Amino acid sequence: MEHYISLILKAVFVENMALAFFLGMCTFLAISKKIEAATGLGIAVVVVLTVTVPVNNLLYNGILREGALSWAGLPNVDLSFLGLLSYIGVIAAIVQIMEMVLDKYIPALYAALGVFLPLITVNCAILGASLFMVERDYTFGESVVYGFGAGLGWALAIIALAGIREKLKYSDVPEGLRGLGITFITVGLMSLGFMSFSGISL
Amino acid sequence: MADASAKQVLFEPIFSNNPIALQILGICSALAVTTSMNVTLVMCAAVIAVTAFSNLAVSLVRSQIPGSIRIIVQMTIIASLVIVVDQVLKAYAYEISKQLSVFVGLIITNCIVMGRAEGFAMQNGPWLSFLDGVGNGLGYSVLLIFVAFFRELLGAGSLFGISIMPVVNEGGWYIPNGLLLLPPSAFFIIGLAIWGLRTWKPEQVEEADFKMSRHTAKEAF
Repeated sequence: MEHYISLILKAVFVENMALAFFLGMCTFLAISKKIEAATGLGIAVVVVLTVTVPVNNLLYNGILREGALSWAGLPNVDLSFLGLLSYIGVIAAIVQIMEMVLDKYIPALYAALGVFLPLITVNCAILGASLFMVERDYTFGESVVYGFGAGLGWALAIIALAGIREKLKYSDVPEGLRGLGITFITVGLMSLGFMSFSGISL
Repeated sequence: MADASAKQVLFEPIFSNNPIALQILGICSALAVTTSMNVTLVMCAAVIAVTAFSNLAVSLVRSQIPGSIRIIVQMTIIASLVIVVDQVLKAYAYEISKQLSVFVGLIITNCIVMGRAEGFAMQNGPWLSFLDGVGNGLGYSVLLIFVAFFRELLGAGSLFGISIMPVVNEGGWYIPNGLLLLPPSAFFIIGLAIWGLRTWKPEQVEEADFKMSRHTAKEAF
């Protein structure tokens, strides 16, 4: 249990997807002008990550990994080079299925997430988390926890940035820095702040 | 851009329509790989290759792709190209491919590749699309190399791993600024680069949501 708590803390604060690994930056900068939109996108990312990382973990350990196909009489087959293609396929498919399920059973949540669900397919944070999971060789349980933690960290970062940007638009920024420029510098400062968590370990 | 000349398509994205500074595309992987020039150059080459050839491939089959599944088709083309690049890097530049770790794979979700395939290659012929891919890849590279130059020079006192300013630890005079090797500095440098670019080309400045009322005293500026 303690191991899982430490993993989740690490994923949320120390190895924050957005601020320490720069993943999901495009949507992070584009959709952080309003708090409501940022919250919707954040929740969607948490949900999608919690589902896709474990599924990709099963896929990797069950089919792609070297020697994983030995039950089918193919002990020497190493399909791990197909990883990238399969992960992105799984992500696209799961996002599509989630969209249909939510539309049918939880229309309120579907309406709240709106256009953000399809956008998530091309969010690097999602693919990045799957790749990190493979690189660090997580077990199934760990991958569930890591997926959730990584999503939570990303959501936290985008909501915080949206809060700052809502205030920032009332301030007098030098002309060339307006918009994108000042946002980068704000994110840099946030990232500096998050670095102070790097000493935490349980 | 129906009759855009080849030269325009190739050079426009480098400064006047830079993918990172203006279109907000492809920032995701841009920042993490800029701590040293070697790694950055390899990453840039990989991105240029993938954008150019995915644009070419998408453009060649553009009239055969049904509209409703075009995203999946583009994704598959891009993912296949990235796998090729990944395998080539692992075979010929193993050390660097270790340093790039997951970021080669993340070229798939790099919005530049997707964005150009969707926005340009679907409407234009193969040759122009190829050039557009190279141009956008170059625009991405220019900014990345700019960032990497400062990060490696000021952070480690070297370029391409060769010592330029001898650091104090090795008996030199330069005290390296460790902050520049850490993530936040990449954000600062890109922010400042955008500032510089927009001061040079004022038409890229964004409109403010709220305008300050004018100063009445001129010398306030």
